[in-house]
Amino acid sequence: MSGLLKFITCGSVDDGKSTLIGHILYDSKLLYADQEKALELDSKVGSRGGAIDYSLLLDGLMAEREQGITIDVAYRYFTTEKRSFIVADTPGHEEYTRNMAVGASFADLAVILVDAKQGVLVQTRRHARICALMGIRYFVFAVNKMDLVDYSEERFKEIVAQIQELSEELHLASVKIIPVSATEGDNVTTHSDNMPWYTQEPLLAYLENIDVSEKKQEEGFYMPVQRVCRPDHTFRGFQGQIESGAVSVGDTIVTLPSNEHAKVKSILVGDKDAQTADAGRPVTIQLDKEVDVSRGCVLAKDTKLPVSKKFTATILWMDDEELTVGKDYLVKLGTRTIPGILKNIQYKIDVNTGEFIPVGRLRKNEIAVCDLVLQEEIVIDAFAKHKTLGELILIDRISNMTSACGVVENPTLDETKDLKCAFAHGNLKANGDIFEEYYYDLEAMNVFKVQPSDKTYTIGDVIPVKGETYQYPDSFDVVVLREQVAVSIRDQKVTAIIPLADFAYNDVPVINGRGFAVHVTSAADVDAFKKELSAEGREISENFFNKWVDFETYRRIVFKDEHWTE
Amino acid sequence: MSQLSHLDALEAEAIYIIREVAAECEKPVMLYSIGKDSSVMLHLAMKAFYPEKPPFPFLHVNTTWKFKEMIKFRDETAKKLGINMIEYINEDGVKRGINPFDYGSQYTDIMKTQALKQALNKYGFTAAFGGGRRDEEKSRAKERIFSFRNENHAWDPKNQRPEMWKLYNSKINKGESIRVFPISNWTETDIWEYIKRENIDIVPLYFAAKRPVIERDGQIIMVDDDRLKLRPGEKIEYKNVRFRTLGCYPLTGGIESNATTLDEIIDETLSAVESERTTRVIDNEAAGSMERRKREGYF
Repeated sequence: MSGLLKFITCGSVDDGKSTLIGHILYDSKLLYADQEKALELDSKVGSRGGAIDYSLLLDGLMAEREQGITIDVAYRYFTTEKRSFIVADTPGHEEYTRNMAVGASFADLAVILVDAKQGVLVQTRRHARICALMGIRYFVFAVNKMDLVDYSEERFKEIVAQIQELSEELHLASVKIIPVSATEGDNVTTHSDNMPWYTQEPLLAYLENIDVSEKKQEEGFYMPVQRVCRPDHTFRGFQGQIESGAVSVGDTIVTLPSNEHAKVKSILVGDKDAQTADAGRPVTIQLDKEVDVSRGCVLAKDTKLPVSKKFTATILWMDDEELTVGKDYLVKLGTRTIPGILKNIQYKIDVNTGEFIPVGRLRKNEIAVCDLVLQEEIVIDAFAKHKTLGELILIDRISNMTSACGVVENPTLDETKDLKCAFAHGNLKANGDIFEEYYYDLEAMNVFKVQPSDKTYTIGDVIPVKGETYQYPDSFDVVVLREQVAVSIRDQKVTAIIPLADFAYNDVPVINGRGFAVHVTSAADVDAFKKELSAEGREISENFFNKWVDFETYRRIVFKDEHWTE
Repeated sequence: MSQLSHLDALEAEAIYIIREVAAECEKPVMLYSIGKDSSVMLHLAMKAFYPEKPPFPFLHVNTTWKFKEMIKFRDETAKKLGINMIEYINEDGVKRGINPFDYGSQYTDIMKTQALKQALNKYGFTAAFGGGRRDEEKSRAKERIFSFRNENHAWDPKNQRPEMWKLYNSKINKGESIRVFPISNWTETDIWEYIKRENIDIVPLYFAAKRPVIERDGQIIMVDDDRLKLRPGEKIEYKNVRFRTLGCYPLTGGIESNATTLDEIIDETLSAVESERTTRVIDNEAAGSMERRKREGYF
């Protein structure tokens, strides 16, 4: 049979999604008698009064029933003759976006409600975007309240066109659109006589028949190790869940990140010996030789998995506290938990419109593309390639809150290659942080930076010596310590890009790679600077910076109010 | 890719969760209530670590009012599987003579809720597995798989940590603890079908047999020992009775049934007209009673 279907329902405040699911349970006689009794009782004492209020089935928390809204995800279970279902009913309000994301991360399919009178709204776009971000590939748009538009086929077609547009924008893989009325029961569990023009399956039949395994295929076999099982010295097995593919006794696998090869000696599925095991199974794998593998490592076959410490991810911020760039978090990815720093926000994605907005901070329920750096290299891949190795959460190290979740876009961010606004000449490359802008956010009361647009300058190019928050002289030299490169600017033009080792004092001001003045006014100063620098080692100390470098000479901080966009 | 059967998918999810807790939490324990859900949990724990034994102890909070057959089953099971079974009794409650007849909801609080808190504090457990399922009750339907408790063991339903994919966040501060519900997504039918498929031993009280019972407040109550005093008009009858859930015998209503095999139980369950918790007296009191008690520290 089709197996278990986990799906999520999303809709706005009055779209009636709880009513829709309540109706499925009620119509299918899936309600136990005493739940039905409690439901009627609740309806009568509740302020809405009168007829049965199906949404009371799902809004389980006291605060929710008092306010008549859904705050948190509720899980409901039902089985028809054809299939077992778990449905996550999620809140529609923007302030509960993170709770919707919880439901979406759990589901294989999303049922998104659209009000037939209102059509596709910003919240419809937000719901679809969050579901797609969290990895849902199957979408059903239930165009609800068809009874209120006289079951008009014409109106339905208008909405279908709006949904198709949205689907193209978000690259949704599989989309089904069904006209329904949740309160009247049209096309919910049975075909509606009110809409003879709709001849396809009603909602429940569609959910019973859809195969959601097909778009889950991933390359090769991989299993993140949860724990090492060592009951005695004769047995050493790696326990975990197979995330894709299959493995058999005798197969040669690779261990990552240690990159050793070994043969599979035995496989246990649960407590039973097996010759082979496939995706989804909880297994214990013994190898034919000693390998350097512990929790957080990955066993793999027939696929190449990147090992990296710098990567780019799209994250959803879920904490009441704002995201702080440069703060370190615990990153959990696969079965590995490791300290990491959120280095940079590339841009925010407006959850409603999809617009890219440069920002310096991120608030609850906002999405952004960010660069992260981990303490050490781990096995990691793009969410689109190997899902489990591309899912992550950020944990606040003090509050322990799950501050964000995210999906990996690019597992191997190469700073020399992906440098933005770089100086380049031949093999020499240097970052362009001198063009960063510094702002003071009046609402958050903190300082943030905005990265320059990606532009590369080489010899002969004119550079912008004046920005909104900086003003350099027309001629100066830049010493970029990180890449060990020096750049000469004369009359606003790049005239030389050379290794830092070859740099000598030229009677022009010297500025470091971040646009801070360097206190050197003679060749002797430069020699002293270089000498002290080489004594600093890899991590340059604050003492060195405070002695040699000065922020205020060419830069200042500009005030910005709350809704700053470019 | 072949798709896992529904039971295989639920089993894999539970084993994954149990292994994560063992790998990440400092001092886990598995709550063991002797009921069918606990039997499934114990079975999953044995499978999850095989050939190792589960790397944590099991805890039974004994109210001293459990069915005799339950205690016998508990001791035999622990011995057979070679696991570490801890029994905890609120001795202060026993001394004060707290019993289900005279103390009502206070009894549940003192002998179950307080006893559990005392036991968790005594041993310093940081994570406790429970067999709660989301299909049991409305407030449970909203609870996460990893559910956090403050130093008073209270639950804050309005401020639950988001739980994404299967990336469980097990970090806690000193004094806080986690309740972990690996079989959150199972239904009662799933439990029975799994018990049958895996041939899991359960307490014989689940099967119908002739038992001495009385009818009290619309419930069929078994007379398990002489501490149950008959009220005027009550008389002991022998009826074919089985239990859908097991707890303290004076508070657990049986149902009349002839189901003596798992297949018959599953048939009865599938056609059940009353969901299982109606036979537990405490739940029907008022809408939201379970949520209120959970906030106060009930498991």
